[in-house]
Amino acid sequence: MLRPNLLLRAEEDRKPMANPPDTTKERQQETETPVSPLFGSCPIPIFEHKQIVLGHGSGGKLTADLIDKIFLPAFRNPVLDKLDDQAVVSIGGARVAFTTDSFVVTPIFFPGGDIGRLAVHGTVNDLAMSGAQPMYLSAAFILEEGLPVDDLRRIVESMRAMAAEAGVQFITGDTKVVDRGKGDQIFINTTGIGIIPDGVNISADRARPGDAILLSGYLGDHGMAIMSQREGLEFEGAIESDCASLHTLVAAMLAAPTATPDFIHCLRDPTRGGAATTLNEIAKRANVGMHLNERAIPVRESVRGACEVLGLDPLYVANEGKLLAVVRADMADAVLAQMRAHPLGRDAAIIGEVVPEHPGMVLMKTEIGGTRVLDVMFGEQLPRIC
Amino acid sequence: MKYLDEYRDGEVAGKIVAEMRRIQTRPWVLMEVCGGQTHSIVKNGIDQLLPEGVELVHGPGCPVCVTPLEMIDKAHSIARRPDVIFCSFGDMLRVPGSDGDLFTIKSNGGDVRIVYSPLDCLKIARANPTKQIVFFAIGFETTAPANAMLAWRAREEKMANVSLLVSHVLVPPALEAILASPENRVQGFLGPGHVCAVMGYSEYVPISARYHAPIVVTGFEPLDILEGVLMTVKQLEEGRAVVENQYSRILNESGNLPAQQLIGKVFEVSDRKWRGIGTIPNSGYRLRKEFAAHDAEKLFDVAEIATMEPEICISGEILRGIKKPHDCPAFGTLCTPQHPLGATMVSAEGACAAYYAYGRHLKPAPLHQIVPNAAPEPAAAGGGRS
Repeated sequence: MLRPNLLLRAEEDRKPMANPPDTTKERQQETETPVSPLFGSCPIPIFEHKQIVLGHGSGGKLTADLIDKIFLPAFRNPVLDKLDDQAVVSIGGARVAFTTDSFVVTPIFFPGGDIGRLAVHGTVNDLAMSGAQPMYLSAAFILEEGLPVDDLRRIVESMRAMAAEAGVQFITGDTKVVDRGKGDQIFINTTGIGIIPDGVNISADRARPGDAILLSGYLGDHGMAIMSQREGLEFEGAIESDCASLHTLVAAMLAAPTATPDFIHCLRDPTRGGAATTLNEIAKRANVGMHLNERAIPVRESVRGACEVLGLDPLYVANEGKLLAVVRADMADAVLAQMRAHPLGRDAAIIGEVVPEHPGMVLMKTEIGGTRVLDVMFGEQLPRIC
Repeated sequence: MKYLDEYRDGEVAGKIVAEMRRIQTRPWVLMEVCGGQTHSIVKNGIDQLLPEGVELVHGPGCPVCVTPLEMIDKAHSIARRPDVIFCSFGDMLRVPGSDGDLFTIKSNGGDVRIVYSPLDCLKIARANPTKQIVFFAIGFETTAPANAMLAWRAREEKMANVSLLVSHVLVPPALEAILASPENRVQGFLGPGHVCAVMGYSEYVPISARYHAPIVVTGFEPLDILEGVLMTVKQLEEGRAVVENQYSRILNESGNLPAQQLIGKVFEVSDRKWRGIGTIPNSGYRLRKEFAAHDAEKLFDVAEIATMEPEICISGEILRGIKKPHDCPAFGTLCTPQHPLGATMVSAEGACAAYYAYGRHLKPAPLHQIVPNAAPEPAAAGGGRS
């Protein structure tokens, strides 16, 4: 029988056992004699993924594990260690924000946008979340053999239009083509740089107890638009992606009238992993707690309905045109007013506050008056059985 | 949102709790049967609103949790086969077997797909005529009609490449097993709303009478659950023990007759092993022999797999309402949703996973000393299933 002190040994026992090479023949053998590596000793289902699984790209706990265990140990330096959505460095006296992002969405055209549109907004927004004025972008395309040229033309036209709207220029790029089956139609990488104005100092580690937490509008539109398209689900009132460039909204927020500047402490756009994951990241980076009020969080009726049907939580669904701001308490109302006067912040709301208690943990007051922990997403959100 | 917001009203919740306080004279222990109810209770913080002395313990009604490890290992060994497309409800993908989960199998090249409806398998089968499509048919009576429909259509439409790996369980025998246990603390039940939407609730009448335990068939929204608790406490205070229906907007006593007829044509009652509890006689469904051509257990030569659960895990006692997650020394330390040691931590609806995700900021409440229900009446009073 198993004793508790064997639990740890069992974990060690597993380490030297590499997975069999991924060949069909070997997998067949495995199927015929289903022997667990722990068979006869200890079949506790403790395991670490030995291969990449989809959850590693979800923006949740598994993604953070990859960063902590593989990327950071290799690349560690003071700029990277901040783990913001963009790096901030001084070059020739200017404070430059620098970021990169890859786009692999399927379907490549969806209600409210396409992969090209996302590729511009995503990178512009990562720059904007440092308070930077976005300036220049690069674009790298990985195309799969067989992609219709008309689709590529449509995507590039959409990138042109969005860049013009955002006031940024593509100044360099790259093209690669891979064999049919080696990619999924088109992957796009964009990199961007921008200049941060003097006096602006925004970073996830600057959240302080007492700060207000603001959200710029309805949560979950992008993720549910993609999911309804991908799964062929039809909901009453079509859900459109919210994808948009947020730098003009950020500029409006920074322009809130005050005698004491430096009032926006953190900005993040809650993309993969949703608002819950983003707020947890800020709470951990700044070593503070957070209290949210579920009733104050704006979620569109159609998105709520779709989430209810699928057993998903809108707080974990991706957004592409929303931001979360942690703002000095005395400026919360003024910043909120600036947001609501901007077309991308019409439905903005104060959704909670930063507290000194339970550092690193986000709690939410539920609609009926209980409280619960709002955790990071572990892997991918999965529809429940019933 | 219509039909949801009405059932999440904090003011009404306060009134129901006030009424509970008014009528309650002594401590009571209630069990909510369904995993969906457990999830809703912990997610909304309903247990924090209840008067002291009304204790909720969490029942065996999470289908993912009670699916035995052997069955999960069987599923995995089928899913690894190169000739198989393995289809499952989403939350089964993360459940670890003795060697990894379905996500790992997918990343190793196995074809594992999430379906929203079992009937999606027919579409997949038509598109992949050279592959075997295997559906993991698990769940309580709630999922049985849709799963039965897959077997029925596969046979009617002569689709030789569609089969089901069946691990269906039934609620009434589990309730009897809990009530018949000498360690039982449960005095009244919130009955499973969605199970009863299919099956009706007449089969609970003899159980309630025999063990003198009130059973109130209850829904899943916060106010449903609070009202169900109030109705149960009221019966206990008045010394009554009958079956009542809180969820009358969804179901009646006879349930969904066409669904029951379909279940009867496709499945027959059989013994089933429950993870954490053991084998309960007549507590599940298996495919009738007319459907042998679509029975994955018969089609795929899967050797009997012996597994052992870690001794430290108390999920069996949690599923029977004797202990709570905080009573386990491994809870939140050795055992987390990322590394579950047992049944109740593996699915979001399991009691331990729900406590971990939403309630780990709370201090555990002590178990109440209660006066046990009257001894069961002789078996002649009924309670058998046909």
